[in-house]
Amino acid sequence: MTRALFPGLGLLTTALFALSLLTGPAGFGFSESVSALITGQGEAVTLVMREIRLPRAILAVMIGASLGLSGAALQGYLRNPLAEPGLIGVSGSAALGAVIAIQTGFAAAFALALPLTALAGAVIAVLLILALAGPRGGSLTLILAGIAISALAGALTSLVLNLSPNPFATAEIVFWMMGSLADRSFSHVWLAVPFMAVGWALLLPLGRGLDALTLGEDAAAAMGIRLDRMRLQLVLGVAACVGAATAVAGAIGFVGLVVPHLLRPLVGARPSVLLPASALGGAAMVLLADIAVRLVLPERDLKLGVLMAIIGAPLFLHLIYKTRRAL
Amino acid sequence: MHLALDRLTVMRGDCPVVDGASLAIAPGELVGLIGPNGAGKTTLMRGALGLLPHTGMSSLTDMAPQTRARHVAWLPQAREIAWPVSVETLVTLGRTPHLAAGQRPSETDRAAVAEALRIMDLSGFEARPATKLSGGEQARVLIARALAQDTPLILADEPIAGLDPGHQIATMQAFAQLAAGGKAIMVSLHDLGLAARHCTRLILMHRGRIHADGPPEKVLTKANLADVFGISAHLTRGPDGVIFQPLEVLT
Repeated sequence: MTRALFPGLGLLTTALFALSLLTGPAGFGFSESVSALITGQGEAVTLVMREIRLPRAILAVMIGASLGLSGAALQGYLRNPLAEPGLIGVSGSAALGAVIAIQTGFAAAFALALPLTALAGAVIAVLLILALAGPRGGSLTLILAGIAISALAGALTSLVLNLSPNPFATAEIVFWMMGSLADRSFSHVWLAVPFMAVGWALLLPLGRGLDALTLGEDAAAAMGIRLDRMRLQLVLGVAACVGAATAVAGAIGFVGLVVPHLLRPLVGARPSVLLPASALGGAAMVLLADIAVRLVLPERDLKLGVLMAIIGAPLFLHLIYKTRRAL
Repeated sequence: MHLALDRLTVMRGDCPVVDGASLAIAPGELVGLIGPNGAGKTTLMRGALGLLPHTGMSSLTDMAPQTRARHVAWLPQAREIAWPVSVETLVTLGRTPHLAAGQRPSETDRAAVAEALRIMDLSGFEARPATKLSGGEQARVLIARALAQDTPLILADEPIAGLDPGHQIATMQAFAQLAAGGKAIMVSLHDLGLAARHCTRLILMHRGRIHADGPPEKVLTKANLADVFGISAHLTRGPDGVIFQPLEVLT
């Protein structure tokens, strides 16, 4: 099962990536699109393919992989299938940063003002979490610190909306918070790449420690796993991944929760194998959802985060139902 | 010596939970750590492993984490299995300290896992999800994990609690055999009958201190049992070995 899983997920992601490149309101033909992408023939087609659809598809892969990987790492560390990347409060704080940027008009100051402010929000959240949860200590303090920061960021976001004198800014904030990959450019890709690369480099090597944690923190520590170092690596990795994802695309939920849950039975429940599998699965899921928003309501700007929750929640309910029957 | 403690003290707040414990365990010993609830048995072992802040000396805490993990296997009392991994996967986790990062289990690792499964009477369980087993079976899987770690020293916290009588005896015999083969093993347990019968030495703890330390018959004296457990008991050495039966609570 596991042996066929990775080629299968890889193939699925590649196919969806190609499909994402061929999907859009411009309605170019297949050969026209591909030749424009590769050779640059035809000015308008080339522009659409290289500057609009390509960065959008690349971002979908990067964000999906980041969220899937973060979810799998957090679930493994907390030994709880309900953990998700938003749990440690980074996505809420990144959203708060973006909301403040929109409200104050700073977002319009230069092209990347909004994602950069969101990233600053994420960094502040990480520093707060590390200060609150302390350098040592178990997983419980981490969850509690995350919940506290999420709640605070959520309340401050509501406060900004509450006091906003400008209805246009309010509408923009609300739409931004729904999460979308529409109208993103390569500058967004280049902004997110370094953070996400650091996040992946921090999270992927955690597999060995996460496997050992299956036996609990005491047994893992006695098997030579440095839990304090591992927790720091996890928090920084998740924060880099989720902070960057939220900064460029807004809040996209459910990927980090559902994808590891969906793939866990296929990897024999081993947390180490689930990490790369969830990265691939997350990429495929976000690509799929981002294709769907363009096909379901091409005229209206259906938001990715909204569609993801509409697909994700029933899927999750189905999984819960199946788990209940298995008991 | 596989384990040496010198005046090990573990504080909880202002209260010493383990108070100046000194002991040494040599290869070949199967040491039973006994004492009433709250006497400090678990804390003594966790302190010795360096899992709790402590004062005094433990020979284990000077080692680097990976070196220590190759020297001592620790079986916690809480029987935690977080994910429905297969029994074989779970027992193979015991090989973690022997593998470099990213290294796959070798033939040696596989052989150690198979041997641990055989000792714990789990052959044929390899592919079963560990979380679907009964409580006692899970306990045996976790003991097998510690055995697969193949360390000179094993510390086990109430490993036989909840096992059926046959597997309790078989597990104690397996420990005795491993000790006879040159390992040092320390187990905490409440079944004084099994402790008296199978352990080469007993350490009796009372209110954080080591109250008595020696061969079972020297430790399970009338006075010690009355002082520490508040019970009377019957102990004889017959042709079938040591027989210990607790009788009554002293008032």
